[in-house]
Amino acid sequence: MSEIRVEKLRHVYSAGTPFEKVAIEDVSLTIPQGQLVGIIGHTGSGKSTFIQHLNALLQPTEGKVFCGGEDVNASKFTRRDVKWKVGIVFQYPEYQLFEETVYRDIAFGPKNMKLSEQEIDERVREAAHFAGVDEELFERSPLELSGGQKRRIAVAGVIALRPGVLILDEPTAGLDPAGCRRILDNICEYHRQSGSTVIIVSHNMDDTARIAERIIAFDHGRVAMDGTPEQIFSEPEKLEAMGLDVPKSTSLAMALKAEGLPLEGSIYTHAQLLDAILRVKEAAPC
Amino acid sequence: MLKDVTLGQYFPGNTIVHRLDPRSKLILVVLYIAGLFQASGWISYAAVTAVTALCMILSHIKPKNIFKGLKPMLFIIVLTALLNMFYTSGREIIPGWHMTWEGLARSVQMILRIVLLITGTFLLTYTTSPIALTDGLEMLLGPLKKIKVPVHEMTIMMSMALRFIPTLIEETDKIMSAQKARGADFETGRLTERARALLPILVPLFVSAFRRADELAVAMESRCYHGGEGRTRMKVLRFAARDWIALALGALFLAGMIVMKRYGI
Repeated sequence: MSEIRVEKLRHVYSAGTPFEKVAIEDVSLTIPQGQLVGIIGHTGSGKSTFIQHLNALLQPTEGKVFCGGEDVNASKFTRRDVKWKVGIVFQYPEYQLFEETVYRDIAFGPKNMKLSEQEIDERVREAAHFAGVDEELFERSPLELSGGQKRRIAVAGVIALRPGVLILDEPTAGLDPAGCRRILDNICEYHRQSGSTVIIVSHNMDDTARIAERIIAFDHGRVAMDGTPEQIFSEPEKLEAMGLDVPKSTSLAMALKAEGLPLEGSIYTHAQLLDAILRVKEAAPC
Repeated sequence: MLKDVTLGQYFPGNTIVHRLDPRSKLILVVLYIAGLFQASGWISYAAVTAVTALCMILSHIKPKNIFKGLKPMLFIIVLTALLNMFYTSGREIIPGWHMTWEGLARSVQMILRIVLLITGTFLLTYTTSPIALTDGLEMLLGPLKKIKVPVHEMTIMMSMALRFIPTLIEETDKIMSAQKARGADFETGRLTERARALLPILVPLFVSAFRRADELAVAMESRCYHGGEGRTRMKVLRFAARDWIALALGALFLAGMIVMKRYGI
């Protein structure tokens, strides 16, 4: 099991120098196994710093991080082992591809785990399937592929670790709408089939609203809001104060309500908006 | 971790030293180094030290920052001192040991010389922005254009290289994090293993450096950059009275050092 538990986490960059900056302050939360969590927050709110604590790339200044009940910073070995349990796909991961072929790049992680050839092969194929990488590309050089393809290869490279927790930092940044949808669908599919925890860090409220079961909003290094999408997007003023938007469907629904259309229920996806409008139409046929 | 590298770092400020024309500062550094190498006796060393201290006070540079820059040179400084201490003939401090009084004096002077040399050049880079520095260099080397030395191209390459150091360091940090997240190990293993472990960092780093170079070239061309021919500046460097005074003082310093060397003090 890979339940994530964070206790009173605090992180200070460049402590003791004039450039000292508190990035995370007093964050405590638990993410149970199998949840699909969206982390939102404007630039510099501490969300990227936070996720790097979950696999011990950064060590807390104060506080503790537990993965599956084990303190990840207990020793050198736990710090290393947690990298297999918690996989992070960084922003613009396509710039980290380095191998000669797509296959070998996806295999880089499993190879570092010192697995057998057969197991590596199995994992590479499975990860490629989940991330939507065509097996025909396996012998191509990753550098000659398109941006969207590279992104999916990089995601596959992390999925190949079979992490209990998969974290993606802005997985859709810089992709065209079709590429966005494809990669998010792949991630959802992976979440459904593997039962892993998935954490998505994003600016894009529409994507987050559509797929996340729970949303955590960071502001100035603290958790400002934490709840279901209904709860979070029912307080648009609070989101705006943090420099964040509500999903487009929510703002459209709010505008329609202001015009006197009696829409009911919480609305944060296109489907919900459509439903609500249809219900109003049925109730009052013109 | 990598961010701690201070290379040609510039501390913005508005002191008299900061306001000096970069050309005069470059010339002053040359005069300073020439003067420093004239020092032979204790009095002349004291004079250089005093001048250096005065410049530091004028430029509001804290000694702490100088020491930070000296740290990487520590090994060379210690080695030079030790060699001088043991390989100078003269009266032995402890009979039977090769350590001599003359050697001790020499090594102290050598340490002073290296430290002052580095401090002087640091004062230049600490108080002059890289752009001003390369501009000054380009104008000072201008006469070399007559003999077909591509001065403008050299200086623009230099300023670009300086500009991209922090960017590339940041990039390296990012790539390292990403590969570590996939279990790459940079700290353990034999030397060959560790060298091979650098590949996952170097390949993406080179790819991105070339990509950046390409983008920069396109950005420069789309703003009609076509080399140094006929290029004018927004901020034209002009000598002020303070520059002439500073240069005169610099020349005086060098002359004084030469005189002191004559008298062996």
